[in-house]
Amino acid sequence: MAEFLEMGGYGRYVWSSYGAFAIVVLGLVVWTLRRSAAVRRELAEIEAQRNDK
Amino acid sequence: MNRGMSTKTKAPSIWTFANPHNFMRLSGVILPWAAIAAAATMLVGIGWSLFYTPADYQQGETVKILFIHVPAALMAVNVYAVMVVASLIGLIRRHPVSHLVAKSAAPIGAGFTLIAILTGALWGQPMWGAPWVWDARLTSVLVLLFFYIGYIALWSAIDEPNKAADLAAILCLFGSVFAFLSRYAVQFWNTLHQGTSIGVSAQNNLHDSFFYPLTIMIVAHYLLFIALLLVGVRTEIRARRILALRRQSA
Repeated sequence: MAEFLEMGGYGRYVWSSYGAFAIVVLGLVVWTLRRSAAVRRELAEIEAQRNDK
Repeated sequence: MNRGMSTKTKAPSIWTFANPHNFMRLSGVILPWAAIAAAATMLVGIGWSLFYTPADYQQGETVKILFIHVPAALMAVNVYAVMVVASLIGLIRRHPVSHLVAKSAAPIGAGFTLIAILTGALWGQPMWGAPWVWDARLTSVLVLLFFYIGYIALWSAIDEPNKAADLAAILCLFGSVFAFLSRYAVQFWNTLHQGTSIGVSAQNNLHDSFFYPLTIMIVAHYLLFIALLLVGVRTEIRARRILALRRQSA
């Protein structure tokens, strides 16, 4: 296990790379879904208001 | 476009999906499958890359960075190519969804470009002895990142969406030079960055033990791009609808 994490002495470079990848990809996914949810909610509110009138 | 197509009104064509309503319908069907496939291939690809690949005889375990660096760099250029095509269609044929495709692709492309640069630095430090060199390929990828950022900034700087779409599309076309250079700089000049490692003509083709997990990672990146793009475009279409409804009631 420790040997695997060490990556032949290059552990910090390999894990930093995968970490940067994970942060950017998860960041993109979360940002995309949050924005999608916010816009859906706003559209639903506006459409509900119009139907009330 | 050939003239025959426009006269045949009933012929199904790809332009049908430039209609926002049709796009919402079709993308709603594709999206869940794309998302599931993206997540599955990404997990398999990362697992294979980390646990089942050997160390390289020259680069040791740093070769594991290949499996995220190469797909990210590939997508950095290809997502930009998608934006160029979408921008051109938006400018020439005035399809409303085209510009929204380009707009939604930008943050994804910028993300991949950032990953390519960061992982490149983390690979360059141990292998080249420097995280960054101003060679043709690295420099053009950095300029490409600035075009992505400029494109996103231009969209958010202009309130009128149609005007923003046209100006951003024109900016996007200028940046295509650097997308092209990012891909082909290694063939034009002698750069520190190595050349193509996969392809029909590549002399130093990757060994199968690297090639298969890399291929899965590349497929995973395409699927992730498609899934994120579909969510993004659907959001943009809804945002346009909000704008239109607000204007109606104002």
